[in-house]
Amino acid sequence: MPENISIRIDGEYVAAQEGQTILEVARAGGKYIPTLCWLAGISSVGACRLCIVEVSGVGRLLPACTTPVQDGMSVTTTSEKLTQYRRIAIEFLFSERNHVCAVCVSNNHCELQAMAQKLGVTSVRYPYAYPKLGVDVSHPRYVLDHNRCILCTRCVRVCTEVEGAHVWDVSGRGIRSMIVCDMNRPWAQASSCTNCGKCVQVCPTGALAEKGFAVDEMVKQDHNMTRLTARRGGHS
Amino acid sequence: MKKVRLATVWLDGCSGCHMSLLDIDEAILAIAKRVDVVYGPLVDAQEFPKAVDVTLIEGAVSSQDDLEKVHTIRRWSKLVVALGDCAVTGNVPSMRNSHPARKMLERIYVEGVQTNRGVPVDGVPALLRQAVPVHEVIKVDLHIPGCPPAPASIAYALGELLEGRMPDLASKVKFG
Ligand code: SF4
Ligand code: SF4
Ligand code: SF4
Ligand code: FES
Repeated sequence: MPENISIRIDGEYVAAQEGQTILEVARAGGKYIPTLCWLAGISSVGACRLCIVEVSGVGRLLPACTTPVQDGMSVTTTSEKLTQYRRIAIEFLFSERNHVCAVCVSNNHCELQAMAQKLGVTSVRYPYAYPKLGVDVSHPRYVLDHNRCILCTRCVRVCTEVEGAHVWDVSGRGIRSMIVCDMNRPWAQASSCTNCGKCVQVCPTGALAEKGFAVDEMVKQDHNMTRLTARRGGHS
Repeated sequence: MKKVRLATVWLDGCSGCHMSLLDIDEAILAIAKRVDVVYGPLVDAQEFPKAVDVTLIEGAVSSQDDLEKVHTIRRWSKLVVALGDCAVTGNVPSMRNSHPARKMLERIYVEGVQTNRGVPVDGVPALLRQAVPVHEVIKVDLHIPGCPPAPASIAYALGELLEGRMPDLASKVKFG
């Protein structure tokens, strides 16, 4: 049995169990912490840094989705400083790739766009990189548009952990990181892909989409995936 | 009461933001009473005037002409507002930025047509290497994103500016 411990979130005492993350404890207590790469039912990787929180006595900000709770920990989830850093994280995501919401399949149904609005981002202070990136349209049903990818790795994790196919990986480092398919082949040639579409449904942006949808039309159904993992007894 | 001198400018955009500005219903009556529109596609003035209170810029900075204009605008405007995604993010005009401008022009005006092939040069300003948001060139005091921005956001922002307040658009507006 995991040990029961007590931590403070924004001043309030909450019961927690050893092994839980700050995010899990906060969510269970009805506290909202913004997230983007995190998804119920799959592992947490701490890729997007949206969920950063302040922990007293710790000099740097920590991602709530990967930081385990410790007895007596005191966590702050909302502050001027956190909002500033969360905005910066969002603005970097926009500046690193080519996001043109007005002509994107995911316009108005996109988690990145919605998070920018929620956090009050009305412009991007960093110069846009305008990288030259490809679009993989080889798969008969799905499209991967690297221009819209935020490297959250939800696709990688869902395909490996839930579908068991492990089609996706991340290649390269830093700004050159890219989502790659089956050792960097066109998607249609990925013999391991079962065409299940889970990666498409959990992708928070317009990077993975079904074919045949126009601007504004791609509405993701990630709750199906979450329900599936919950039924299989995974954490949610 | 002294009227607020308002300018509107149309750079590399589709004029949708100006349409949205005209689409603010009866709010436009109250605003019209309090402003003098001293420059823009809606009025005749040829030269950008020398004392402007608020300038709304639609469109990305895309050509040599746009570049000169935004510097002039900044010089003579108290407040500069980037109106709409093209001015705020580069948006659709910036989709050419990952490719050389010359290649794009050749693709469209040479490879893309059957007759009268050739990249136009007479009477059109040279394109900049990239189409960029206004704030990458000059200081912008307020961003109103949206493609186009919702009429309600424009009406609210203008209403606040006319009252001498800086509108807080956080969470009220979105890209796209
Ligand atoms: S993926 Fe989201 S943020 Fe990016 S262009 Fe599409 S709608 Fe906009
Ligand atoms: S469709 Fe299914 S198997 Fe294929 S890459 Fe996506 S998650 Fe993996
Ligand atoms: S393709 Fe989508 S799910 Fe995969 S890393 Fe990019 S944004 Fe995330
Ligand atoms: S949600 Fe925690 S880092 Fe992305």
